[in-house]
Amino acid sequence: MSANGAAVEVVGLNKWFKTFHALKDVSLSVGSGERVVICGPSGSGKSTLIRCINALERHEEGKVIVEGVELSDEVGQIEAVRRNVGMVFQQFNLFPHLTVLENCTLAPMWVKRIPKAKAEELAMQYLDRVHIPDQAKKYPGQLSGGQQQRVAIARALTMEPRIMLFDEPTSALDPEMIKEVLETMVELAETGMTMLCVTHEMGFARTVANRVVFMDHGEIVEVAPPQEFFTNPKSERTKEFLAQILH
Amino acid sequence: MTPSRRPPREPMPGPIEWLRENLFSSWGNAALTVLALAIIYWTVVPFVTWAIVDAAWTGTGRDDCLAYDGACWPFVMQRIGQIVYGFYDVGQRWRVDIALIVLAAGLAWLTLPRVPGKRPVGALMLTLYPVAAFFLLAGGMGLEHVPTTRWGGFMMTMIVAMTGIVASLPLGILLALGRRSDLPVVKGFSIAFIELWRGVPLVTVLFMAANMLPLFAGLSVNKVLSALIAVALFSAAYMAEVVRGGLAAIPKGQYEAANAMGLPYWQAMAFIILPQALRLALPNIVGNFIGLLKDTSLISIIGLFDLLGIVQAGSTDPEWAAPNTAMTGYVFVGVVFWAMCFSMSRYAKHMEGVLAAGERR
Ligand SMILES: Nc1ncnc2c1ncn2[C@@H]1O[C@H](COP(=O)(O)OP(=O)(O)OP(=O)(O)O)[C@@H](O)[C@H]1O
Ligand SMILES: [Mg+2]
Repeated sequence: MSANGAAVEVVGLNKWFKTFHALKDVSLSVGSGERVVICGPSGSGKSTLIRCINALERHEEGKVIVEGVELSDEVGQIEAVRRNVGMVFQQFNLFPHLTVLENCTLAPMWVKRIPKAKAEELAMQYLDRVHIPDQAKKYPGQLSGGQQQRVAIARALTMEPRIMLFDEPTSALDPEMIKEVLETMVELAETGMTMLCVTHEMGFARTVANRVVFMDHGEIVEVAPPQEFFTNPKSERTKEFLAQILH
Repeated sequence: MTPSRRPPREPMPGPIEWLRENLFSSWGNAALTVLALAIIYWTVVPFVTWAIVDAAWTGTGRDDCLAYDGACWPFVMQRIGQIVYGFYDVGQRWRVDIALIVLAAGLAWLTLPRVPGKRPVGALMLTLYPVAAFFLLAGGMGLEHVPTTRWGGFMMTMIVAMTGIVASLPLGILLALGRRSDLPVVKGFSIAFIELWRGVPLVTVLFMAANMLPLFAGLSVNKVLSALIAVALFSAAYMAEVVRGGLAAIPKGQYEAANAMGLPYWQAMAFIILPQALRLALPNIVGNFIGLLKDTSLISIIGLFDLLGIVQAGSTDPEWAAPNTAMTGYVFVGVVFWAMCFSMSRYAKHMEGVLAAGERR
């Protein structure tokens, strides 16, 4: 862990897709135990930013420092960082050929070399935490969207990461399932987990976030505590965005 | 849970109703039914007449067959030893028997449902069996040496096909992964290898392996060995493309989820990507196996006698040359090949069902 206690530190990050400048001089520091919500219009670079943090996207310029370790091209180092950084995707990305339990135990067993019985015990503990221990023997295809996303959360948690990344975890869900997933995430926030969430669920941002980051066109436009962000946004672009999203 | 109720059962149709519903539901349908019956009649009846009614069933030479208009079965019966073992020393044929019986038992163990211990048996069949079978067939370690020039017939077909099947799948998987690799050298090599082998007919490859190499490189190569290598590499190139198709069908999110959990490349491939990709590619993989099995008959181009080659050679033998001998041999070989290919195809179909049930998307 770095001296200032930052869990994630992004400094002067620039990222291009071919000639398209997707992230422009992005800097952001997330303290240990802090919960940051990232919002912004579609295509503004939110996913790209959090995917740079676990090196799913490689950046061209700037630094990404995770728990004091600066990401490089070295495979072993990237894998080491990923062990401590869990990720939940919009499309769940569960492994359809494995049961819920196997989905959860795979990485602990093969990445952390935890014995099977212990890994299963751990997985059951987290499946219990997301309130679906009774689905452990089923295949992902047999679950509802909300249940699948909660399995995805449990799968990430079974690795016992210190940082969790969420990329629009509720956007692919039917309205009635959004609540169950958000509740799970609120409960997770209460445990003191460091969380970076890309989401448009402003209610979630209000209750859980320490800070809200607003991005547009690959730039961070505004960073503010939720109270201030929603009641007194500074930039015009933030105001426009909030007007659209809150009607 | 409430006890589930069955849906009400439809009344069973009687045979007449069934016929009317399925075969004579309209004039067009009725016409097709009649046409189909006619085609069956005009093909099946003459064939049965030739193969059974008019066929010679006993005898020891061509004269016994000349008197009959139909098939010459004594040829197959008298030559069955050669058809199965080629020119393998008669006194040593028990060695081939053991190899084939163990192979059959192993395959049965691995394919029959609900038989336990598939993993250890599979591992043994892939590691110990090929080595043991080689020494059993070729000799050494106290067993009399039988040169590969004497190998032939069904035994040769099985050796070439099994080697091809067992070698081509792992090689093909490696090539397919290589083709998608980020490393330019690996990627370039895989593409070059695949495209080279896919661009050349197997006959050419076999011919080159057996004749050109010794000629130019001055290497004296064992024909059977060079055929085995040629067939394995050739089918690996095809297998690579089939596997690549399966890999391409796996959504990007699966790779990302695996990466995000910190799974190293080979583990992500082994546990997440390949099981799904191979399942998707299974029908095509088995299609390749079937093609490979049938292509083994091409080894006759380099003077090796597989099942087809040995029957063909035997039928031109003056001792048996009669109008129906060759035809009888071909029909026999055709039936044997068909039985093997059809079982593979059925087994693949069965496995697709089993795997789909496991996943229940
Ligand atoms: N692999 C890629 N190749 C090329 N362009 C890409 C790629 N991934 C993203 N982009 C582009 O980069 C920009 C930012 O994408 P990103 O996915 O980060 O946006 P986002 O803010 O997450 O949007 P959304 O709310 O739609 O998810 C977009 O304009 C997108 O088209
Ligand atoms: Mg996005």
